[in-house]
Amino acid sequence: MVTDTNPIAMTAVTSVGAAGMPRHHLAIFAALFVFLIAAPFLLYPIFVMKVLCFALFACAFNLLLGYGGLLSFGHAAYFGMASYVSAHAAKVWGLTPELAIIAGTLVAAVLGLAIGSLAIRRHGIYFAMVTLAFAQMVYFFSLQAAFTGGEDGIQAVPRGYLFGLIDLRSNELLYFFVLAIFFAGILLIYRIIHSPFGQVLKAIRENEPRAISLGYRVNRYKLTVFVLSAALAGVAGATKAIVFQLASLTDVYWTMSGEVVLMTLLGGMGTVFGPIVGAAVIVTMQNYLATFGDWVTIAQGTIFVVAVLLFREGVVGILAKWIGKPL
Amino acid sequence: MFELLGIPPQVLFGQLLLGLINGSFYAVLSLGLAVIFGLLNIINFTHGAQYMLGAFGAWMLLNYLGVSYWWAVFIVPPIVGLTGIVLERVLIRRLYHLDHLYGLLLTFGLALIIVGFFRQFFGVSGLPYPPPPLLTGGHNLGFMYLPNSRAWVIVASLIVCLATWFIIEKTRLGAYLRAATENPTMVGAFGINVPLLVTLTYGFGVALAGFAGVLAAPIYAVNPNMGADLIIVVFAVVVIGGMGSILGSILTGFGLGLIEGLTRVFYPEGSAVVIFVIMALVLLVKPAGLFGRSA
Repeated sequence: MVTDTNPIAMTAVTSVGAAGMPRHHLAIFAALFVFLIAAPFLLYPIFVMKVLCFALFACAFNLLLGYGGLLSFGHAAYFGMASYVSAHAAKVWGLTPELAIIAGTLVAAVLGLAIGSLAIRRHGIYFAMVTLAFAQMVYFFSLQAAFTGGEDGIQAVPRGYLFGLIDLRSNELLYFFVLAIFFAGILLIYRIIHSPFGQVLKAIRENEPRAISLGYRVNRYKLTVFVLSAALAGVAGATKAIVFQLASLTDVYWTMSGEVVLMTLLGGMGTVFGPIVGAAVIVTMQNYLATFGDWVTIAQGTIFVVAVLLFREGVVGILAKWIGKPL
Repeated sequence: MFELLGIPPQVLFGQLLLGLINGSFYAVLSLGLAVIFGLLNIINFTHGAQYMLGAFGAWMLLNYLGVSYWWAVFIVPPIVGLTGIVLERVLIRRLYHLDHLYGLLLTFGLALIIVGFFRQFFGVSGLPYPPPPLLTGGHNLGFMYLPNSRAWVIVASLIVCLATWFIIEKTRLGAYLRAATENPTMVGAFGINVPLLVTLTYGFGVALAGFAGVLAAPIYAVNPNMGADLIIVVFAVVVIGGMGSILGSILTGFGLGLIEGLTRVFYPEGSAVVIFVIMALVLLVKPAGLFGRSA
């Protein structure tokens, strides 16, 4: 039995009860909402949508790492596979975008159930290696399967008509659709974290043997959070495929798994808002450094090293320490 | 000539040989990971990049200094090991008191930096490394043709694997190492410099990766990305074997290489994923790995 707890997750104990949202969280959500309503008029909408997709992806990942204490190094599998399925559903089956996203999400959830039920049989480092290896298997599958289009990916995915009515070819309308998905996802994650289920997760993260001795079926909790995290990562991937009208091997490769770890680490593991900040920083950096080729990879590696050595709580984690309240 | 299940023997043995070659790399790399994990308790994600460094080391020695392959086999692994020692002393050391997952994240970041630099300066198309004269040509064994270069890879990795096993299991230094793996505090109390032992162990594991890289240089193109996908397969190999036993790592590496070769003969589409499928089966049946202690 493993006795080490997972201090990788932040130890900040939240003082929040399951019932209401503390005032400062409410204020941040409200500010975020106002900013994101205004954002498409200030910034390039496609760019903001990219940030939103990755922020949701990172929040889904953080649900597993930050609150479940489980480091999956293969989250690209759910993100990428959902993006393939949603692209295929929209393009070949002609489904409306919301149905295509649901299809992608379901596949990600099933994939998460299959991989998760095997991976939770190992702990710690082995868990990370197992999830990484299975994700690589999904990558090879995507490379060879007929429907994914191999190296080309699935291109020219139609954005379609939302509910069969609203034409999403307009960037502005699409933006508000993505914004709605983003907020629904974030609030769902917030709810999960602060539910009794979330409290048990944190107990398992802090001391698994004790949680077992208290009578919790630890593996069931771990698997549930794994599937939830995979499904929400799927929502993000499926939405991204509709926004960019493209599903490609990039989304399912291990570099993508590394990126989501980086976003979460940089923003703050085990914080509500950290992954959003981390995703915004990394996506912005990728955009500005895009013309510098491999310097993006070098910069990401450097951020990893610096973050691990100097600020393991992440940007938001440090802020939370300063103001003395969980963020 | 006989045929087996409709497969000509040249094809069968050819693929088995390729499998053994891959198995050699799996064995040497997973051995390095296991040695490092045993004492440092971290999974060295930089291993793939250090394997790539070995291949580039050989390439640079040949192209910048005109040093031949046979010298590179002896010169490059210690140099790569030395870079590992620097990394351990400067960076990795700072994380021993933390959760092991931070070691994984740190070494992942280091791998990104190293691979990124090599991609930036050498491109991704791959650089040719001409095999030395002794390794060109081959022997006809009757049932198959055995190229010298491939025979050398298998023999060399077997020698290195067995030498590693001998050092760890049969020498005094190895005894210190095994003792420090069990209880570093106690071993330190006996007057053995455990931090130095840790540094040297990391350097040795990294040198093994560098050695595998030198072996790979003449048979695969020297490419910054050569270690990235390989290391993930090696992770699966490590999960299958468990990291508890040195001989176990070696056996698992070669065995999985052979299985992969066989799959390439009978079901080519499955060859890329067969090791991951085996990993899934092992997780179902014996989660600790074939040779692993339950952890």
